[in-house]
Amino acid sequence: MFESILFYTLAAFILGFGVLVVTARNTVHCVVFLVANFLCVAMIYVMLGAEFLAIIQVLVYAGGIVVLYLFVVMLVNLKRGPDAAPDRRRQSRVGFVLAAVMLAEISAILVYSAARPASAVAAAAATPLQTVGNTEVVGMLLYTDYLIPFEVASMLLLVAMIGAILLAKKEI
Amino acid sequence: MTPITPYHYLVLSAALFMLGVIGVMTRRNIIIIFMSIELMLNAVNINLAAFSQQLHNAVGQVFAIFVVAVAAAEAAIGLGIILAFYRNKETLNIDEMNILRW
Amino acid sequence: MIDNFVIPLVKILVVLNATLVGVTYMVLLERKVIAWAQSRLGPMRVGPYGILQPVADALKLMIKEDITPVRADKWVFTVAPILSMVPALIVYAVIPFGPIVQMFGHPVSLYITDINVGLLYIVSVASVGVYGIILAGYASNSKYPLLASLRASAQLISYEVAVTLTLVSVILMSGSLSMVSIVRAQESSGMWYAFVQPLAFGIFFIGSLAETNRAPFDMPEAEQELTGGFHTEYSGMRFALFFLAEYANMIVVSAVATTLFLGGWLRPFPNVHVLSFLGFVPGWIWFLLKTFVFIYVFIWIRATLPRYRYDQLMRLGWKVLIPLGIANLVVTAILKVLL
Repeated sequence: MFESILFYTLAAFILGFGVLVVTARNTVHCVVFLVANFLCVAMIYVMLGAEFLAIIQVLVYAGGIVVLYLFVVMLVNLKRGPDAAPDRRRQSRVGFVLAAVMLAEISAILVYSAARPASAVAAAAATPLQTVGNTEVVGMLLYTDYLIPFEVASMLLLVAMIGAILLAKKEI
Repeated sequence: MTPITPYHYLVLSAALFMLGVIGVMTRRNIIIIFMSIELMLNAVNINLAAFSQQLHNAVGQVFAIFVVAVAAAEAAIGLGIILAFYRNKETLNIDEMNILRW
Repeated sequence: MIDNFVIPLVKILVVLNATLVGVTYMVLLERKVIAWAQSRLGPMRVGPYGILQPVADALKLMIKEDITPVRADKWVFTVAPILSMVPALIVYAVIPFGPIVQMFGHPVSLYITDINVGLLYIVSVASVGVYGIILAGYASNSKYPLLASLRASAQLISYEVAVTLTLVSVILMSGSLSMVSIVRAQESSGMWYAFVQPLAFGIFFIGSLAETNRAPFDMPEAEQELTGGFHTEYSGMRFALFFLAEYANMIVVSAVATTLFLGGWLRPFPNVHVLSFLGFVPGWIWFLLKTFVFIYVFIWIRATLPRYRYDQLMRLGWKVLIPLGIANLVVTAILKVLL
């Protein structure tokens, strides 16, 4: 009961803030709604027993990436937003149609798969293997089975850091 | 009220993903397009976490952490490109990014 | 019912109220200590020796006119003080003020909660606090607050890296992210981590001075060049929220430093049996005493040291503290594997 109330409230907030992100006129307002959205998603992770992921979400997304967005929004001080100009080629309408088609597609898949739940998934759920979500389990997986992806990800971040410095520098 | 199953999380994630798609398709401010991509990545992460809980397997969370790392790299590079573009053309409208040279 | 619902609620109320009252008296303490450092008396008019000054200040702030600039972004202007106040208060959820004690026949833990990612929770919530500063500067639509907020957030982000690196070496020592387990690890090793990790302690202290925008790193509030900082356009209660958040953050970093490096609620020298009579003082009093020492040092530094220049501040952060933090982390990890 409590879980249901929590889930529906959070879902309403996530979708509401999502709608505001894609519709708000002012870019700074968009960024604020995005932060609120990410914080609600972090609470969904806590509900799913993934505390470490929730903390990483707040620390990296809300505390890092979106701050970067906010800096860039404030650096590119626009007099007139790009959305103010009339859309001559009516691309946004095509966009809505494409998005609606994709929504229909995904909901069809959902309805179809909800009608007949996969037996393999149900069998796996019946046998609890380990306590999921605590930091030790995630850390153990990251540093044993997924060590090479982990190192590749760190390499990617290093390359991204150097690339961002090169791109943002005025003269090299 | 029915108990919350992974399907609820999947529906939520699909809806959030659609919002991201709508944002990418309809907005022309490139920063907002980037933010919509972040929304879609979050939708994927909700999916991964939901399956991780249902299958009692932490690998889903590990993948979600990789997604976050890649999103951080993408944001750094993408915003660098936006700044470089803005310095040259004084606009953020993605419709005006139609030449392959400066 | 009483254990799961009433006791946590009472604890939350006590901690929140104690924080807010503590913050107002910290302001008085700061004025008094700085006055004494400069051979002045400080506030003396309201109550004996000015001890009712915080009440007067609070009343004044509450009845002052609340001004919103005409060209300000009104919505963001209203949200920004809230965004800086809330993270400063919810951090207290994981601060361990003391061990589990018996109170009226119920076991009561002297912390609101002990989650197994406690330390990361503090870091992540503190990183959200930067939004209040940036958005306040942006929404004021005025150049000095904007400059101050960009300075403040750049400073906060750069020093957060150094501080987090020192936290990682503490995590390596204790093997846990939970605040209570970190104190317990110090108890079982018989040493405060300030003695095991002196370099990390120093970096954490300097970094937390910078993160809370305190002197000598109070560039974002340099009155002489920025007319007061990112909250220049704020008045009345909204200004008070920024002020409260700043001082609440000071108490938080003092409490975190106490927990991580000075053994939290443990008595001094927890492994020396000769000093066991010190154990008769309850743990939470030791905790508050240590936190008070930190706060006093913060004020003392403000009264003593001149302000850094902005480029010096950035150079100190990126070229001294972060390399030192990485070196400390590597050495700690190697020693941890070898020993």
